[in-house]
Amino acid sequence: MVAVSTAEQTDPTLAEDLPLLSSPEVARFVAQGALVFEGLVPEEVNATAVEQLEQGAPAVRYGASIPEAFPAGTLGATLIALPRVAGALRSLLGPAPQVDHHAVHVRPPHGGEAQALHADAIIDARRDAFDVQLMYYPRDVTLEMGGTLSVPGTHLRQINESDIGRYHNMLGQTRLTCPAGTVVLLHHGIWHGGRRNDSGTPRYMYKIRFNPTVRQQRWWDVSDLDDPRVAAELDARQPWMEQASGRLEIHNRVLLWRELSGDPTFDIDYWVHRVTNRPGTREEA
Amino acid sequence: MTLTTPAPTTPGTGLRQQVLALYLSNSSLDAAVVAWGAWDGTGATRPTAGDADEPPYATGVEALLDGWRLFQASPLQPPAPGHEYDTSFLKHEFFFEKLVEV
Repeated sequence: MVAVSTAEQTDPTLAEDLPLLSSPEVARFVAQGALVFEGLVPEEVNATAVEQLEQGAPAVRYGASIPEAFPAGTLGATLIALPRVAGALRSLLGPAPQVDHHAVHVRPPHGGEAQALHADAIIDARRDAFDVQLMYYPRDVTLEMGGTLSVPGTHLRQINESDIGRYHNMLGQTRLTCPAGTVVLLHHGIWHGGRRNDSGTPRYMYKIRFNPTVRQQRWWDVSDLDDPRVAAELDARQPWMEQASGRLEIHNRVLLWRELSGDPTFDIDYWVHRVTNRPGTREEA
Repeated sequence: MTLTTPAPTTPGTGLRQQVLALYLSNSSLDAAVVAWGAWDGTGATRPTAGDADEPPYATGVEALLDGWRLFQASPLQPPAPGHEYDTSFLKHEFFFEKLVEV
């Protein structure tokens, strides 16, 4: 592994002794497409973040390393240097992910329309890799402020951007409310949208998208790989899931977990084994 | 062909369409609602993304009982070969309307 560094700084995801995610936490990300860290960022960072965000997001080269994209002192560098953020990014993406892009989203008071429900970028057919989007909220977000709408468990569905705009609401959706300093990590495919801000307070959100640079396999703390909570997380249905296709979601989560864990035999309720069982040949039968 | 500029639309009286889309748990109208959207041709309301956590009706039949008229339902289509396990759009989409005098 080659350490990515500049004269002043090293990629925080390469640090020793990072607090890595547990297997149940990674399983929850595979099942829900999101992990929430409420109030993670210290108040002293939140206090100055809005001032930085109001200056916009400086241009960053697609595919830049973290030290290249975020020089010391920038908000991006500060967030990624938080051990729990660096540890979670390393757990999900592996070391030294690239920065895809970053952006500042501001919803003015009583302004703007709700975004159509969408997945970012374009349709993404990868089944054995994913990007992670970090969303940071420097101030408290109330229901009236139009916190991000997202739908847990939708990230493995193959849709193209806002084609799903006619879905206004889905059972089990999350209309984010959170304390200042909250960080949310999202699978790139999750269905989401910025809600209309009906309050008198502007809402700020800072987003960074990361791309993996290594195979995403066993980068978290795998000492608890056999924890029964792994299967429980992966088997948890969402209220919006249809009766039949909800079963396909479990099947598809099993396939992703096999990729991430390196265990080609993992299964839940025999869903994958059953439909891939083709023993021997007819002559042998 | 002659192109003419249509007269500006002015709010007037007459029938207007309200449209409701319900997404059900299976292809039967008495199945549970799992997602929904609505549009109001009267202009009285402006439904939008993320404006409610509870569905307007528990099932498609409940919408019928409240006077909504079904005008379109998703056909049942087999998966394309090789894509049997892919998931994408919600499958069981039902469009309803109400005609409202304004």
